[in-house]
Amino acid sequence: MGLMATAESYVLAIGTKKGLWLATSPDRKEWSLSGPHFLMSEIPSIGIDTRDGKTRIMVGVRSEHWGPTVAHSDDLGATWTEPEQGAIKFPDGTDAALERIWQIYPDADSRPGVVWAGCEPISVWKSTDGGEHFELNRGLWDHPHRSEWGAGYGGAAAHSIVVDGSGEKVHIAMSTGGVYRSLDGGTSWEPRNKGISAYFMPDPNPEFGQCVHKIAADAAVEGRLYAQNHHGVYRTDDNGENWDSIAEGLPADFGFVMLTHPRREGTAWVIPLKADGERIPPGSKLSVHRTDDAGSTWKELHTGLPDHEYNAVLRDAASVDTAELVGVYFGTRGGSVYASADEGETFTEVASHLPDVLCVRAAIVVGSESGSAAKEPAAASAPVPG
Amino acid sequence: MADFTVLLPGVLQPLVGGQSYLTASADGAVTVGQLLDSVTGDYPVLARRLRDETGALRRFVNIYVNGEEVRRLNGLDTEVAAGQEVLIVQSVAGG
Repeated sequence: MGLMATAESYVLAIGTKKGLWLATSPDRKEWSLSGPHFLMSEIPSIGIDTRDGKTRIMVGVRSEHWGPTVAHSDDLGATWTEPEQGAIKFPDGTDAALERIWQIYPDADSRPGVVWAGCEPISVWKSTDGGEHFELNRGLWDHPHRSEWGAGYGGAAAHSIVVDGSGEKVHIAMSTGGVYRSLDGGTSWEPRNKGISAYFMPDPNPEFGQCVHKIAADAAVEGRLYAQNHHGVYRTDDNGENWDSIAEGLPADFGFVMLTHPRREGTAWVIPLKADGERIPPGSKLSVHRTDDAGSTWKELHTGLPDHEYNAVLRDAASVDTAELVGVYFGTRGGSVYASADEGETFTEVASHLPDVLCVRAAIVVGSESGSAAKEPAAASAPVPG
Repeated sequence: MADFTVLLPGVLQPLVGGQSYLTASADGAVTVGQLLDSVTGDYPVLARRLRDETGALRRFVNIYVNGEEVRRLNGLDTEVAAGQEVLIVQSVAGG
């Protein structure tokens, strides 16, 4: 059930509550859909690794019956492989079991083969073999704050990982716990939440405990990151030492999505929801909002999107590609998926009536007829029913 | 030596080459946990589908010994005697 990639095309992987769909397009307007892969398992995380001139799609799979696992495909979904012993497995002595893979994050081009994962229970993992085997980050696992971290509505997980160019500076976000930063490549971690409100706690400005929904880095400005919180949209210009609100100009400061431009300074996208207690688009009008000046101003982007929508967009159900004119993609819990080939100015519908969309990821694939010779890596063992 | 048979649901059979059951031999009675260790030894993916890395039976995986669900008996320590049927069934759940 693999895709047929042409000379250069776009691949959009759509993880839902009941399986994975893959879409391909030559122009990001007309899409061909294949799926479902992993029918009846949820796909909460996807990583598309386009380093080394190959394409590897990695997915976090979770069956209510049979548990979580990581699978990957090096042929755009024609076949899937699952390492026999499991790619992510809590080591003896932790007395923990993997519940769900929330994030799969291929590292920088300069570190081929390195892939990070964020999981439930709250944990960060690192692979050096392209996502086939991951090692638990002990610094975070053994962190003295662990007993005080809590669970968000969706579970207790590390859901965002951002690694800087040097590989030394790593920011993660967890629900609930907030943003943690490492300056030594992940050996040690400290909370960095100053300026971010946790209005739902007895002390609204704690050192940690914030319910951060997503963080993303500004690719062009060292030390600048953006955060969408459980009420609150923020920016830091000093690697998380201080966070300032950039919510002014948005119709609401609640939401889950935070996307940044892969190259251009100051450009980010959010998809606001009305409020914690009313998780629908403001005014029930589905819109994406983009800033081009690091959050000083926001522009509503609604062309091609429905005027009436009552479904939320979850934290990883949105993504960008790396094209010159960046593509923006997202899916709703109502199973609609939208793509924009012009940075959000206009959207077209890729799919509708799918199960709840949990994760989308997009990539440019330079492929042949039956597989992938794309911008991305490879490997592994036991076949997985796709 | 006695022979033990573990019956698998259809959805798991592709993980063991399409077999509908797996067998093991042992001297005398064994526990369900020991039986699972034995029959999944060559099938690590099957092992992970049934139990997590702490060894616990996954929540919606049910194992019946002679028609009794092992959670109502002694869990994975439930003893299985030669000739008793061991059946793995997933819960009917979800939506």
